[in-house]
Amino acid sequence: MSNASVISISNVSKIYNPGQDSRVAALEDINLEIHGGEFISLIGPSGCGKSTLLRLIGDLIAPSVGTLLVNGKPAPQARRDRDYGMVFQQATLYDWRSVSKNVQLPLEVMGYSRAKRETRTAEMLKLVQLEEFGKHYPWQLSGGMQQRVAIARALAFEPSILLMDEPFGALDEMTRERMQMEVLRIWGATKTTVVFVTHSIPEAVFLSTRVVVMSARPGRLTRIIDVDLPQPRGFETREQPRFFEKITEVREALRREEVRGGATS
Amino acid sequence: MAIAKAVEREPVSPSDKPRWWPTMHRALSFLAVVLTLCAVWEGYKALGLAIDGPALPCGLTKMPVCPNDKSMPHLWTIFNALVQPVRRGETEILLVHLLKAALFTWREAATGFVIGSLIGFTLGAVFGRFLLLERSLMPYIVASQTVPLLAIAPMVVIWGSRLNWPAWLSVSIISAYLTFFPVTINTLRGLRSPNPMAVELMRSYAASEMQILWKLRLPAALPYIFTALKVSATASVIGAIVGELPTGIAEGLGRVLLSFSYFFTLGPEKLYAAIFGAALLGIVFAALIALAERIVLPKSRRLSE
Repeated sequence: MSNASVISISNVSKIYNPGQDSRVAALEDINLEIHGGEFISLIGPSGCGKSTLLRLIGDLIAPSVGTLLVNGKPAPQARRDRDYGMVFQQATLYDWRSVSKNVQLPLEVMGYSRAKRETRTAEMLKLVQLEEFGKHYPWQLSGGMQQRVAIARALAFEPSILLMDEPFGALDEMTRERMQMEVLRIWGATKTTVVFVTHSIPEAVFLSTRVVVMSARPGRLTRIIDVDLPQPRGFETREQPRFFEKITEVREALRREEVRGGATS
Repeated sequence: MAIAKAVEREPVSPSDKPRWWPTMHRALSFLAVVLTLCAVWEGYKALGLAIDGPALPCGLTKMPVCPNDKSMPHLWTIFNALVQPVRRGETEILLVHLLKAALFTWREAATGFVIGSLIGFTLGAVFGRFLLLERSLMPYIVASQTVPLLAIAPMVVIWGSRLNWPAWLSVSIISAYLTFFPVTINTLRGLRSPNPMAVELMRSYAASEMQILWKLRLPAALPYIFTALKVSATASVIGAIVGELPTGIAEGLGRVLLSFSYFFTLGPEKLYAAIFGAALLGIVFAALIALAERIVLPKSRRLSE
């Protein structure tokens, strides 16, 4: 794992509808350094701005205040340099494209040659273990399979950073656990830096090298918890006492914020 | 851990019916509707005969619509008229006469349909891209459709003759006037139909506006556009028929309908035959577009099924 800072967030705030009655301070004074090859989870109650933070990193929205450097460049430049792969809560596959054509979409946009596109797509479908489903259409796949296609698509152009916004939120518990294993395996194989938004505490602990705990109204970082569980992780990880200790630690960090928020409001 | 490779959901719809069944089913229900309409027509006439007695003049009928043979000929009279000469002393039968006129009108309508669809699509695409243009121009586009076609048609004819266009092209322009509107509205709706995440995905690839249009918005809009094209196909036929009247074109369905309605009392069955011909032309044109839709779009993407 390299230790260079890949994402550097300093004094970032985001205010929606500034100057209006509907003004919302979504994020306030965020400072965070994310290093190469880390797996970071953002966790917090709804309305804490975790998705907003992810969108700021990916330059889908711009910060109101503060600077956001990605691979040493401003975030808009990083987006133009195609440093990001994005995975959303819904797979967001284009339903007029077959599975392979969906994986090829970013490669077409980026002007890869046909031969390159086809070899990359084959590699990616192998990575997510869907090599037999290239000719299928999205509606022919289950939710978990669709999300695997979305991951393959996000990684097809070898971005250095993978941004995932509650990617398994819509999946059932069993599929979800399988997908977590899958994403860890892919993370291990690709050395990508991952920023992962979730509201599941066990998911955050199981996947991450660090869990970033956030509080709501205004969205703030309240604690960063190192998860020193051994790598690579597997089924036995979930049964270790240390795993439960870490879950308790995250839960208490979230609860403290809730209590404090309740006292002030 | 290996992920199960089995298909988690069976992709093919589990149906024990043979493949031709949907087509067969559709044909049968179409036939049932046609037969019902015929039965209603003849049933109404039979009821009129029972209440009014035979051959009562229309002024004295007790029925809401006059049921006698002078105003509602029997279906077999209409069918028989199709194989009789158009006028006494001519050899061409009515069916051939109607087919020729329909083909002529269809050429005008199809030209108008193509012009109107292209204009409609362009406007939709421009409005989709520039919100300001949509806000400022859309009220006029809507207003354009409230102006009666009969008021527009003579103006187009006069302009057309000044510019030395062939008369049929003026008819096509009138037809295009009716055609472009549904295409504009549905293109706009279709281009805006992708959900915000689908657009954000493209933005995360740093895709250009053109790439977003070609790879996302346009494919997403196709089902909407086809729905509009089916509406426009029938509208283009109406536009062409109406447009033929002030242009004085003699070869099309418009003139045929007009002259048969002059001589309605002498041969009502001819007017009915011509009306069916005009309706059939619209249906056939719309069906052609539906066929194109079937070829272009897979079943799961068609809006109307």
